[in-house]
Amino acid sequence: MAQSLRGARIRAAALTLPLVIFITVTFFVPLGSMLTRSFHSPQVADALPRTLALLEDWDGQSGPQEETFRTLGEEFRSLAKQRKLGGVATRINRLESGMRSTILKTARKLRRDQPESWREAMVAADEAWGEAGTWRALRRAGERFTLQHYLNALDLDRDDAGRIVTQPPERRIYLPLLWRTLVVSLAITVICLVLGYPVAYLIANSSPARSNLLLLLVLLPFWTSLLVRTTSWIVLLQNQGVVNDLLVAIGILGDDGRIAMVYNMTGTLIAMTQILLPFMILPLFAVMRTVSPQHLRAASSLGATFRQGFLRVYWPQTLPGVAAGSLLVFILSIGYYITPALVGGRTGQLISNMIAYHMQQSLNWGLAAALGVILLATVGLFYFVYDRLVGIEGMRFS
Amino acid sequence: MTSTVKKDEAHVVFRGVDKTYDGKTMVVRDLDLHVERGEFFTLLGPSGSGKTTCLMMLAGFEASTSGEITIDGRPVHNLPPRKRGIGMVFQNYALFPNMTVGQNLSFPLEVRGIPASDRAERVRRTLAMVRLEGMENRRPGELSGGQQQRVAIARALVFEPSLVLMDEPLGALDRRLREELQFEIRNIQQELGLTVVYVTHDQQEAMAMSTRVAVFHRGQVQQIATPEVLYEEPEREFVARFIGDNNILRGHVLSADEGQCIVDTPGGEVKAFPVYRCRPGEKVALAIRPERVGLAQPRTYSNEFEVDLRDILFVGDHLRMRVKVCGNSNFIIKLPNIAGHGAVLKGDRVRIGWGIMDCRALPDEE
Repeated sequence: MAQSLRGARIRAAALTLPLVIFITVTFFVPLGSMLTRSFHSPQVADALPRTLALLEDWDGQSGPQEETFRTLGEEFRSLAKQRKLGGVATRINRLESGMRSTILKTARKLRRDQPESWREAMVAADEAWGEAGTWRALRRAGERFTLQHYLNALDLDRDDAGRIVTQPPERRIYLPLLWRTLVVSLAITVICLVLGYPVAYLIANSSPARSNLLLLLVLLPFWTSLLVRTTSWIVLLQNQGVVNDLLVAIGILGDDGRIAMVYNMTGTLIAMTQILLPFMILPLFAVMRTVSPQHLRAASSLGATFRQGFLRVYWPQTLPGVAAGSLLVFILSIGYYITPALVGGRTGQLISNMIAYHMQQSLNWGLAAALGVILLATVGLFYFVYDRLVGIEGMRFS
Repeated sequence: MTSTVKKDEAHVVFRGVDKTYDGKTMVVRDLDLHVERGEFFTLLGPSGSGKTTCLMMLAGFEASTSGEITIDGRPVHNLPPRKRGIGMVFQNYALFPNMTVGQNLSFPLEVRGIPASDRAERVRRTLAMVRLEGMENRRPGELSGGQQQRVAIARALVFEPSLVLMDEPLGALDRRLREELQFEIRNIQQELGLTVVYVTHDQQEAMAMSTRVAVFHRGQVQQIATPEVLYEEPEREFVARFIGDNNILRGHVLSADEGQCIVDTPGGEVKAFPVYRCRPGEKVALAIRPERVGLAQPRTYSNEFEVDLRDILFVGDHLRMRVKVCGNSNFIIKLPNIAGHGAVLKGDRVRIGWGIMDCRALPDEE
């Protein structure tokens, strides 16, 4: 009996196996390998094994031995032959800007002749080889496991002595961007709550027929693609767009006073709020449906004004829905990509757009991965704080 | 809103009140009610008869379509629920689950601006009244159904209203608990001298608790009377059928005098007491209580019939028999379980009978 039950359980579990495999292959494996790139970069180490082995014994202060120069020169030469030098130079350049041109220039000079002194030849090709800092950067670039991407992602760097320092203000990019992303996400969450709460209340307290119709209207946007909805906002909000035209036509704005509502932060806010609104309304509605309308009546029969009844009786009972909706909208917006990319212009970009940039344009996957990990950790942190404050368990999504 | 409080006027008055939601169907029609101070007044009727709508109009959650409702002689049309000063007990308690029992009771005091020092004492006193001492810190969800009901009653009383409305407050409880709470509600009402307007569809509950009962049917009051009068002297067929058990016989009036009429039924002539001035040829319904029918020696009763005993059931304190008489094949007779009845068996031919005063001729409503 117990055996047959166990068999049935195993068979039932086996039915989910295709999904488990699918998720593993398409989600966990790529995600894991991507995240690994944030701290694991073996490419330089694999390209310059002998030089790096020699640099390991180097004191880091004086100029390296002649042998080190020769080894590096030979390794450059063989890499150039295999046409791999450009990629390696780019990687090293990410740690020490200027290194790419130094390396490529040196390799060109060293292409044919067998110099007497490799040191002199290389310093002649580029003075940088005479400085200990260049070699230290090379040694750092050769580390298989590195936190350098995280330092970059947090606007930190190492000084010549290897200490971690913050970047000068004008070179800080990612922390301000992360901060902006958090602020924008919070603003969108609050706007969605303010706009969605009355709608959810209306749906939850209408007759079944009307409630169904309203719910359908809330879900209607999901019938069109996200891309269409986002580009529609461009049509509506652009300078010669519907909204501006309307405002000019009824005389609120002069023709030269058209408001820039798209390709900036305003556009990102408006479009994302509209797109994420259903994710606020649905959890709110799910909770409000379970709150008896009798309670508001009871409150007023006990002498409370609508305000008192709402604040003391109704609102506290809908908190699980407020929590669920807010968390959902906040987490969705913190990682939102496509809408800010299309309507955000230069000022309306969020952290995920920067990640995409490093994935697709600069091809600095290590940095993209580090930014991704930081984003993930931030969401995890908020989730944790939220759990402490509100309690995830009491939350209801549907 | 210029009229002043008239002390001699009834506590609650409905005058010609109509209510319709769609303009066509009348939920309540031409309703007149007077509820005296200190009365336990019950609105009784099947679901959809308009009784709850009346309560909601009195509480201020529904507006009447026409007519006037006054409390203490003051029209309340423009008064929102919170200003009517009525305690209300809701059908499913409507306790606030996000508050403790103490906070639930404290809520009406807080919104009235009563200082915190007085609040705790009044909450304690009111909880003691419903025998829930020391339950202040429990959540409604942790209480049994009966306890939740007591909290709901306490919450409706804690701000000392003189008028309390109850909407099927015991509907969700099992029978024993219901009967226990019936006594308690009645005791509290009398102790505090409250006016209670109570809604129920349970006629036994209405009979047990009320000073007077208004029987509702299809939005209209059929009869307003004390429980005894409703039971003994129903004036409408609906009331006769709804309150307790009644056998109904149908027939045409042959002749009618003051205090007696003769009615022609499919099984013969029946002498009955007419409750209204009926005329020969008119259709009437005769209502006869099962316990007022007896097994008879000849010429004991004014109405006597020889019938076959179709069924006989032993129900403990009484015997329940079913016969066919005067066109009613489901005529019930209740005989107390005392010596002498054990002799009759199913299929026996027996003689049954009833008196004129136990056979009321009512307007036929079929």
